[in-house]
Amino acid sequence: MSAIDIRKVIQEELNNIAPEADIASVDPVADLREAIDIDSMDFLNFVIAIHHRLGVDIPEIDYPKLVTLDGAFAYINGKLQAQQ
Amino acid sequence: MADFLMPSLGADMEAGTLVEWLVKPGDWVKRGDVVAVVETQKGAIEIESFQPGQVEKILIGLNSKVPVGTPLAQIKTEAEGKAAVATPPPAPPPYPVTPAVPPGMVVATPVPRPPPVAAAAASPAARRLAQERGIDLSMIKGTGPGGTITYADVEQRLGAAVAVPPSEPMEKKRAIGLDLDAMRLAIAAAMARSKREIPHYYLEHRIDVSASEHWLAQRNETRPPESRLLMAALTIKAVALAAHRFPAFNGFYRDNKFESSKAVHVGTAIAIRGGGLAAPALHDADQLPLDELMSRMRDLIQRTRAGRIRGSEISDSTITVSSLGERGVEALYGVIYPPQVAIVGFGKTVTRPWVIDGAIGPRPVLAVTLSADHRVSDGHTGALFLAEIGKLLMEPDNL
Repeated sequence: MSAIDIRKVIQEELNNIAPEADIASVDPVADLREAIDIDSMDFLNFVIAIHHRLGVDIPEIDYPKLVTLDGAFAYINGKLQAQQ
Repeated sequence: MADFLMPSLGADMEAGTLVEWLVKPGDWVKRGDVVAVVETQKGAIEIESFQPGQVEKILIGLNSKVPVGTPLAQIKTEAEGKAAVATPPPAPPPYPVTPAVPPGMVVATPVPRPPPVAAAAASPAARRLAQERGIDLSMIKGTGPGGTITYADVEQRLGAAVAVPPSEPMEKKRAIGLDLDAMRLAIAAAMARSKREIPHYYLEHRIDVSASEHWLAQRNETRPPESRLLMAALTIKAVALAAHRFPAFNGFYRDNKFESSKAVHVGTAIAIRGGGLAAPALHDADQLPLDELMSRMRDLIQRTRAGRIRGSEISDSTITVSSLGERGVEALYGVIYPPQVAIVGFGKTVTRPWVIDGAIGPRPVLAVTLSADHRVSDGHTGALFLAEIGKLLMEPDNL
């Protein structure tokens, strides 16, 4: 899966949670919890969606690595590379 | 024959708009089946049948706004259905003797619109109240000197449903679902009533939640994301168990007396994106295993944010829990949602210096607060209730 596709999946799933947010304009290093107002239930739903769509299981202990757009991309991309 | 009525989904609801029928004449319904969707200030609410039977006739068409208590459909009860085969049923009474409404739901009878009075005379207090609550004074018959409208007249009017002619077109077209402005008005009405009527008292307790956090981390470590638990599942279960043991915080205060509830239905405060708030009920939360409670909570939050709450979830809560979650501040003091008598608030968990066995160490500390009704309980019982919640969260194996 290309880097562009991974970023697109992340964006789509965050948009499902925060339909009114313009994810493309969010600072890629900003804390998503503040930037688009997501709570722990939203974040869990994001993790579930990534698991379903990309087969990447994100253990709880790694959650802090995914709190920014860049962080989420780097983590998921790294996991997908390792699977190959 | 029983009538299926426009239910009252809270003391502030006067009318609702029927936006969807999910049954048609001839359909059989069970208790708890969703039969219609009604739009209220709180959003689109799915209305359940409280009477098993066969739908005989739909009385109200789509997009009709009708007052609380208006018959929406006729339901032939099971017994009548069977009897009808043998003998013709007796003519139904003009009004149902027992309306198909669950116990505990306040149902006001629609009042006929009185003839309009030109330039109604009213006391200043009555005028103010009418203005606050959006009541048309010309709709009220005054009982004061010379037909003057008194404060009590307006109050009485507020207690009854305001008559809206059936099939009146909606004032403005808007999408089914959430209307945040209307929701704000509903919150304002309920909270203003709470602060006017309920003498609140407040308590706070700080709990070391390292045991709960450790227990959660271990349990979630080996599970796929969809089976993981959140801290909120533990806090709600702890409140539900404690509420079961302390009945003075679980139930309704109505008609100047408190009735405790055997069932514990925890109203769960859910923030709506864009600035709304709803607190639908997690039914029988004290009886649910944590996994079940968690999946019901996920479903409830999803439906609430999509604007699909069920009628029973709006009116059933016996106590409310409000949690700030990971962000925000350390403590939250809630305003009781009438006719309930208590609300428990959880702040954000923060790492704080804590004394453990004579030494100071960092611990995750969670502040839990209680706002309770002084007409029903006092600080002493409240403190025991709050301490019980703390104890349960320190021993998560018991949840």
